[in-house]
Amino acid sequence: MLRPRLIPCLLLHQGGLVKTVGFKDPKYVGDPINAVKIFNEKEADELVVLDIDATVNGVEPNYKLIADLAAECRMPLCYGGGVRSVEQAKRISGLGVEKVAISAAALADPALVTRTAAAIGRQSVVVVLDVRKTSGFFGRGYQTFTHNGTRPGPQQDPIALAAAMEAAGAGEILLNSIDRDGHMKGYDLQLAREVRKILRIPMTVLGGAGTHDDLKDLFQACGVVGAAAGSLFVFKGQYRAVLISYPSAQQKDEIGSAASSLVTTFG
Amino acid sequence: MITIVDYGLGNIGAFANMYKRLNLPTTVARREADLDGATHIVLPGVGAFDHAMELLNASGLRDPLDRIVADRRAFVLGVCVGMQILGDSSEEGTGRGLGWIGGRVRAFAGHPAAGRLPLPHMGWNDVVPARQTRLFKGMENYARFYFLHSYFFDCEQREHVLADADYGFPFPCAIGCRNVFGVQFHPEKSHHWGASLLRNFAET
Repeated sequence: MLRPRLIPCLLLHQGGLVKTVGFKDPKYVGDPINAVKIFNEKEADELVVLDIDATVNGVEPNYKLIADLAAECRMPLCYGGGVRSVEQAKRISGLGVEKVAISAAALADPALVTRTAAAIGRQSVVVVLDVRKTSGFFGRGYQTFTHNGTRPGPQQDPIALAAAMEAAGAGEILLNSIDRDGHMKGYDLQLAREVRKILRIPMTVLGGAGTHDDLKDLFQACGVVGAAAGSLFVFKGQYRAVLISYPSAQQKDEIGSAASSLVTTFG
Repeated sequence: MITIVDYGLGNIGAFANMYKRLNLPTTVARREADLDGATHIVLPGVGAFDHAMELLNASGLRDPLDRIVADRRAFVLGVCVGMQILGDSSEEGTGRGLGWIGGRVRAFAGHPAAGRLPLPHMGWNDVVPARQTRLFKGMENYARFYFLHSYFFDCEQREHVLADADYGFPFPCAIGCRNVFGVQFHPEKSHHWGASLLRNFAET
């Protein structure tokens, strides 16, 4: 039986790991290599590492750091941040990174997704959608953003956008809620459910998980998907003391059992 | 010596790291001479079937590997697409595979029992040994590995299936014939289960 995935998501900022709230106020939470070592010991399902500086500053990904992370990482690794060409994606993949995440560049040019999939394999191409719930009068009330939530993405419904990215060749969608980031009050289940429904490819949801019950709620709503979280796995207690944690094997099975069905309703 | 074949595909470093943690020395083979002392050969691979075969054929390692397999001079472990190319052909491409284990690689997408499942098959799945094999020593009761693929190896002979996994239907996820083994999942990214399997292979 395929298990839902519980995925720590680590944010790189100025060489260290940080955790944000609503994509703002980065709080230093530790050293990236050290965090990878801890998640190795805890046998995390996968790891997502996002460099939140690279695209905003218009700089190259930090290949040295990515290589060090990949060498240390004993679970599948997804890297994102500053990737805007096939060559960059190939180089990162060649460093031993299983999945390369693209956001701003993919939304600006879906053909990049197609070309990257041809170069490193569709299964290794993840498209990140940073989505904010809007109180506007238009569409479904969601808007996609890039550059750390500072620039509006295409004026397209995120659900249609996810479908377009799948059609372009994405192997996975990482659906990230900007307004839920860091609040630890649960995922945006409605959006997650709607996106899951129209996708054939796997989906991972990020933004809002604060308890194991939040993970279970996501699996109940969406079946076997990836549940990614930052705060949940790096903070402890109401004062948000930094302490890396991850569910034990038994806890993981218990949480995962909430995913009643593999089959989704797409198509 | 455990020898990891580098023909331009797959995570060579991840295998080297895993074996380093197990205190087992490895070497990387990029040309024929590098295969000289090989007793256990890891053949990684990711991406498309034809692309993998083209790169392997162009590497200069294909013929020496064919001879090593035929002479049974070393054990071979194909991983992911490195497993798929052990077969004769694939629905993913038009080229020939290595033909070391009889079988055709098929698409989940075309299988009636997997018609409505997300693809690729991605994540951690249970692996159930189909027979007694050294590869799964210590994992007879339970094992879980990381998968990432859209095609599966349809074995010609059931006796070559060492373990199955279930994704809509049971499919062979570990195969073996004489000195050649293949696993569809990624032992190099499968924590203690992966470490056990790679150690077992080295002790075969």
